[in-house]
Amino acid sequence: MIAEIGHFALILALCLAVIQSFVPLIGAHKGYSSWVQVASPAALGQTLFITISFFCLTYVFLVDDFSVAYAVRQSNTELPDMYKISAVWGGHEGSLLMWVWFLAIWTAAVALFSRTMPLIVRGRVIAVMGLISIGFLLFMLLTSNPFDRIFPAALEGRSLNPLLQDIGLIIHPPMLYMGYVGFAVAFAFAIAAMIGGKLDSAWAKWSRPWTLIAWVFLTVGIALGSWWAYYELGWGGWWFWDPVENASFMPWLIGTALIHSLAATEKRGVFKAWTVLLAVFAFSLSLLGTFLVRSGVLTSVHAFANDPERGIFILIFLAIVVGGSLALYAWRAPQIRSAVKVNMLSREGGLLINNILFVTIAASILLGTLYPLAMDALGAGKISVGPPYFDALFVPLTIPVAMLLGVAALARWKQDSFARIGNKLVIPFVISIVVGTALPFTLLEEVKWGAVVASILAVWITLTSLQGIIDRVAGKQNKLQALRNTPRGFYGMTFAHMGVGVFVMGITITTLYSTEKDIRLVQGDSYDIGEYSFVLNSVATVKGPNYRATEGRFTALYQGQEISQLRSQKRLYNAGGMPMTEAGIDAGFWRDLYVSLGEELDSNGAWSVRIYHKPFIRWIWLGALIMAFGGLLAATDKRYRKTVKEARAEDAAVGVA
Amino acid sequence: MTPRQKRMTFVAMLIAGVGVFVYLITQALNENINHFYSPTDIVEGKAPQNHSFRIGGLVVAGSVVRDTQSLNIAFDLTDNTNNFTVNYEGILPDLFREGQGIVATGELKGNVFVAEEVLAKHDENYMPPEVAEALKKSGKYEAAKNMEHPENVPVGQTANPAPGAAAPVSNEEAK
Repeated sequence: MIAEIGHFALILALCLAVIQSFVPLIGAHKGYSSWVQVASPAALGQTLFITISFFCLTYVFLVDDFSVAYAVRQSNTELPDMYKISAVWGGHEGSLLMWVWFLAIWTAAVALFSRTMPLIVRGRVIAVMGLISIGFLLFMLLTSNPFDRIFPAALEGRSLNPLLQDIGLIIHPPMLYMGYVGFAVAFAFAIAAMIGGKLDSAWAKWSRPWTLIAWVFLTVGIALGSWWAYYELGWGGWWFWDPVENASFMPWLIGTALIHSLAATEKRGVFKAWTVLLAVFAFSLSLLGTFLVRSGVLTSVHAFANDPERGIFILIFLAIVVGGSLALYAWRAPQIRSAVKVNMLSREGGLLINNILFVTIAASILLGTLYPLAMDALGAGKISVGPPYFDALFVPLTIPVAMLLGVAALARWKQDSFARIGNKLVIPFVISIVVGTALPFTLLEEVKWGAVVASILAVWITLTSLQGIIDRVAGKQNKLQALRNTPRGFYGMTFAHMGVGVFVMGITITTLYSTEKDIRLVQGDSYDIGEYSFVLNSVATVKGPNYRATEGRFTALYQGQEISQLRSQKRLYNAGGMPMTEAGIDAGFWRDLYVSLGEELDSNGAWSVRIYHKPFIRWIWLGALIMAFGGLLAATDKRYRKTVKEARAEDAAVGVA
Repeated sequence: MTPRQKRMTFVAMLIAGVGVFVYLITQALNENINHFYSPTDIVEGKAPQNHSFRIGGLVVAGSVVRDTQSLNIAFDLTDNTNNFTVNYEGILPDLFREGQGIVATGELKGNVFVAEEVLAKHDENYMPPEVAEALKKSGKYEAAKNMEHPENVPVGQTANPAPGAAAPVSNEEAK
């Protein structure tokens, strides 16, 4: 019964989505304001029904209703309740439901918090989001209904993939999806602006906070995914250039370009057409990400739950979205020429370089990800593109980003001079060279060139970013007041940029200085990595809620002193008999110690064991979190939070209303 | 410069930039592409020596030989037409087992494939698409499917026959 309610709610949501899209679009075209006003209530209604549907599915999982096919595939009575809930989005149908649910939530948020926008613009934005929702709801109802029943009912479910039974995987997909779907808002703003034919800087200002929040979610989502892969896949890597990872990274890169380009469009009215294009691409790549992960066309280490026939639907949908928006763009672009000239030696010039670099990185990743598909489609055989390709392109393209990001932020809008910027950079430059070179010599036992370069870059990024704050305070009477007057968006930018410094440092040191050993270890023996020793004390059998495990107990020592007890389990899940390794990790700010138990090699207690020492690995995720925090600060800048009254007053004054 | 010359210089620079980018990318791609070969391809001499590529197939039952003193391991991969021996040093993925479809990356050294990396799928029911295709080519796909998943029965069914459980949840993914 509950499943039928969920199904029915989805159908009602589809009906409302149709109303939400077409009525306001026609109304806006014909000038019937009462039709446009339908958008918000229809969106809220759609959100309500999809929410009901989502909770119905969660209920089905919690009560182990194995007459629902999707629950049979994903859940199991032995599963702890927490994982029963996360199993809801562990497979194809449920993750789609989460996708449309988030889309509805974003739409509702636009409906509720964009009252300062002109009615017609808001109506169009909500309508465009409704169109996307129609596509996804149709997809679900026609090809992948999560509420499909089976008869007779199964007695037991096949359980959630053990890899997904983990706290990281409870939060990672929702975060990632919030990010993906969030770009739908930026996309909807761009499309609405194109339909209206009015691409002034106002649309950039409206869509900025939304794009920033989407970007924050995506950043956190990707960082969580990387962290999960690190401790759960049992090989201690944090990024594999796997197609699925690339699928989430490409929208992030374009999204990053977009938030920068939006700034230039809003402040200076430049790159208008380009910004619209970026918004279209960011969302298209989010859709492509969904398509790549769900269609099964890719050889990926984590291609969960896929089906080629459904892939075709998404492909057609993708073609409509990309093709439709590009056609609209081709029609409208000639009218949206920016009147202002761009001087390369200015803030907007710097932002242009940022955009070129980020789009180049995204394009090369896209090529490497799709190349095997293209070759396969052309019958040129099955190939795969390895991580060296991506490293070879990513590293050299990231270095100029790191060198320029602080500098570009110091430049003035419109027109600046080499002399002025140069003056500001002398001190940071000298300190970066000195401190940046000194750090590896004091912190690391063995100095490698890469570490020196990374450390100089990290210090450089930090100092040039801080220079921006210093500039705002210098020469002011009341320094504290000057700090307080600095807008939150500026602090956001500073934090995000410094996060890049932390990130660069983390990647480089981890890559250059990690020690990874696969060894044979007899119980009671120890193995040394540098000043660390690892002892395999014992191997025992333990029982979990839905698995049995062989647990290796290790002691880690530093210079002969015990620092931690590590446990690594080799689990065998009761449902499906699927094995999985759980690594034992001692996490630290400066280094991680990582052990994972392999197989029993002989009956004398010898085991294969994987032992890693990974310096600075936490800095990678810390850097990403600092970036996300910066994004959050920027998104909550008070200039985006004007009350309706203030906005009206301002509009009246400027005369745009 | 006249505005026209300026524009032409800009266009020339743009073309040059894109050209360099495309050249670098194709170089990087060509150096880092891994082709896929089935055991039959290798036996027929289609695969290069001492050059990185991928091999895929099913692990032959009873072929796994483990060295007791090191982490060296040898096993045969089959596409049900031909077998080929793979050597590997290190810890195998959790899902590595006899009968399982796997993909290994490495180089051909004489008559053995020396693997640097062995991948088995996260999902126990999933066969790597390359392996599935290699088996289809050799016409042994259905046999392999049945051989591959002896455990591939819904949990509820083994304990208590529940006919409904089998049909909708069968493993279509591998197709």
